[in-house]
Amino acid sequence: MKTLSTLFKDNIREYGMLIALITIMVFFQVRTEGILMKPVNITNLVLQNSYIIIMALGMLLIIVSGWIDLSVGSVAAFVGAIAGVLIVKNDVNYGVAIVICLVIGGLIGAWHGYWVAYVKIPAFIVTLAGMLIFRGLTLVLVRGESIGPFPPEFQKLSSGFIPDFFKYEGFHITTMLIGVLVSVLLIILDIRTRRNQQKYGFEVTPTYVFVIKNIAITAAVMGFCYLMASYKGIPNVLVILFPFVTIYAFITNQTVIGRRIFAMGGNEKAARLSGVNTPRLLFYTFVNMGVLAALAGMIVAARLNSATPNAGEGFELDVIAACFIGGASASGGIGTIIGAVIGAFFIGVMNNGMSILGVGIDWQQAIKGFVLLLAVFFDVYNKNKNA
Amino acid sequence: MSDVILEMRNITKTFPGVKALDNVSFAVKEGEIHALVGENGAGKSTLMKVLSGVYPYGSYSGDIYFLGKECRFHNINQSEEVGLVIIHQELALIPYLSIAENLFLGNERSSYGVIDWNESISKTKELLDRVGLHESPNTLITNMGVGKQQLVEIAKALAKKVKLLILDEPTASLNETDSEKLLQLLLQFKAHGIASILISHKLSEVSKVADSITILRDGATIETLDCHKDKITEDRIIRGMVGRDLTHRFPPRDSNIGETIFEVRDWNVYHPLHEDRKVSNNINISVRKGEVVGIAGLMGSGRTELAMSIFGRAYGARISGTAYKHGKEVDISTIEKAISNGIAYATEDRKAYGLILIQEIKNNITLANLEAISDGGLVNEPKELTVTREYRDKLNIKCSSILQKAVNLSGGNQQKVVLSKWLFANPEILILDEPTRGIDVGAKYEIYTIVNQLASEGKGIILISSELPELLGVCDRIYVMREGKIVGEVPASEASQEVIMKYIMTQQEVEVMEQ
Repeated sequence: MKTLSTLFKDNIREYGMLIALITIMVFFQVRTEGILMKPVNITNLVLQNSYIIIMALGMLLIIVSGWIDLSVGSVAAFVGAIAGVLIVKNDVNYGVAIVICLVIGGLIGAWHGYWVAYVKIPAFIVTLAGMLIFRGLTLVLVRGESIGPFPPEFQKLSSGFIPDFFKYEGFHITTMLIGVLVSVLLIILDIRTRRNQQKYGFEVTPTYVFVIKNIAITAAVMGFCYLMASYKGIPNVLVILFPFVTIYAFITNQTVIGRRIFAMGGNEKAARLSGVNTPRLLFYTFVNMGVLAALAGMIVAARLNSATPNAGEGFELDVIAACFIGGASASGGIGTIIGAVIGAFFIGVMNNGMSILGVGIDWQQAIKGFVLLLAVFFDVYNKNKNA
Repeated sequence: MSDVILEMRNITKTFPGVKALDNVSFAVKEGEIHALVGENGAGKSTLMKVLSGVYPYGSYSGDIYFLGKECRFHNINQSEEVGLVIIHQELALIPYLSIAENLFLGNERSSYGVIDWNESISKTKELLDRVGLHESPNTLITNMGVGKQQLVEIAKALAKKVKLLILDEPTASLNETDSEKLLQLLLQFKAHGIASILISHKLSEVSKVADSITILRDGATIETLDCHKDKITEDRIIRGMVGRDLTHRFPPRDSNIGETIFEVRDWNVYHPLHEDRKVSNNINISVRKGEVVGIAGLMGSGRTELAMSIFGRAYGARISGTAYKHGKEVDISTIEKAISNGIAYATEDRKAYGLILIQEIKNNITLANLEAISDGGLVNEPKELTVTREYRDKLNIKCSSILQKAVNLSGGNQQKVVLSKWLFANPEILILDEPTRGIDVGAKYEIYTIVNQLASEGKGIILISSELPELLGVCDRIYVMREGKIVGEVPASEASQEVIMKYIMTQQEVEVMEQ
């Protein structure tokens, strides 16, 4: 059995991130005199950060591959503008428009992927070019104005909430039921993993740690659902987000594709010589990023209820920072989906908390910069200490 | 003992959980070549890192005396100041800078930060003359071969007014001619009073040039042999290193050779950058069932290029020629197709091309055949654990767990992981490129045993090696390559080092040798 201290040492990255997130949440909760954790604010936090998280899923795969994508903010804006032109100006059915937008996102990803994977131009340059190209094209499309408003169905993408099947004034019971369902599911999964590990003779955590961990997770899930239920329930965005995070975490941990992406990022040449078609894999990693950036772009447009020329500006920085704060390595081969999601929440809580406190956008930027550096320093420091 | 220039007394160095050096004492006399030998992990590199200040004073216990003074180095600069210079196995030259720039890097000939190019160039010429390298000081490092780069490293040491030169595996990546040159240079330095410490796995070199030999085993000094008093044979050194008599350096084998299973005909490959340079010229080779076929040749003769071009065109441009398996033409135009047609290539550079160092042993072993441990694109982890444990036991990979990262393994064990990966891909034809480079005698023996085992299972093996005794000890048939051509084919029964060397060298070189 592993002792608590070795357990902590082995997983210092994961636990460190979580502890950091909890610490700043407590900090802002105290400093904002309880506003941070108010149901309406937590709901806002989720709504504000959903597109960052969605893009962080794709960005993590790109960073793990050893590259970077600077264009995602511009691509999101461009796709938002296309959605505006299609739906608002040309009355295209919103369902059809969403599909078209996702395909366009994929094509943009393919454009970047082609130059990076097959022509071998560094992604930094290709996507820097993409950042300029698609920001410019966005301006061309919207002609410097905002296009809106979107029909209510499209707005629901980001501002709607799931319906409640039980009518109870001021409390969303369906949300609580979903919370219970998710908690039970998580516990069952964890028990299964543990059984499997024992079956194959791996060291597992002591039972009391296991129990405490599961109680803590359940408490967190139920607490979160309680906050949501006290406002308007689970937002639609979370219904998109949760399966996405789960699926991407699953892909990275359990599938052949995930294995190959990590192998490619760890040593591209060795992966290539082991029969991994690395150019094609990298190409599709960028296609994936494009589709996710398109989805994020539509959520942003739906949230603002208009396609604007400067939507998504600076998103790429938040998205990339989320991955690095979440423990991804800039040289590739290392990173986790859960880490990136925690990193995105970390950035989100900072943005939100500082805004409530009335910290100006100038200082927010500077503070975020310092935090990013500190997080990566912590990572590097740990790595050197263990080496 | 007034002529001792370096003395290390009772050095003990512990890492968390491991005692890397246990009370090691080591002395070097003035103007001698002192060889330091031992298996991988015996503590040679650690001892040299203690000496050169990579592990600073205070992180080890024991004393170091150099030229009669006690030394307490806190970093490499301090040890270089007193004339101790270490040349690492991985060369530390900047590829896109010139020889002159590299020689004085960190030690520039300058006044007030402005480089004096005239002095730099003339000094460089002088130093290059001393190491016998005839190159312009403005030549870029990237345009030179490894052998010449090694000489630049030595010139760099001379620029620092070296009194004791430490060379860590200097000839590991050199061919026989360049190695010979380097050893001659050490002898020349010795005549000028510069002592050297030579760390090497190549015992033939050690017994040729060393004045004394210190043997380390498991972090302790076993013995120091004086080469002038006693006649030291390679077997004598090996006995000290492994602690037992290794009666055979190569395991015995009974060849049971069947029909031809793989053949390439009229194989031509061009250099990927220099489009008109042919790196493989009309090659015809074959391998039979249960046969171990060697490819001998100097570094740069095109052996690796040939192997990689066959392995799914992983190297080269404008490749032409045909490949046959069991007499039928096969398509091996991509690495995926080559692997699915039962061809495997274990690279000569396991760190750069063979392993994902930051990943677990398990992931490395299954990488080339993930299909076998997955169902519908999902990795079946229990299955993966079972098979990787099998390979760990079968190939005797020494590790704390198969979840250990490949980077933390010794060279020999890393090589076994690479071999496991390709065995798991279940090939019929296995190309092994320098499979024993930089690994110790014991692990080499294990690798040879695996090769024999594979041959007896009916696989065809192509073994590329720069060590002639290895080829002679393991192969049934040996091809010799020179300048991209097959220039000879010798059955094991007729092969000897002399016969192969004669093919390797061009007519000109033979004439030079005879003069």
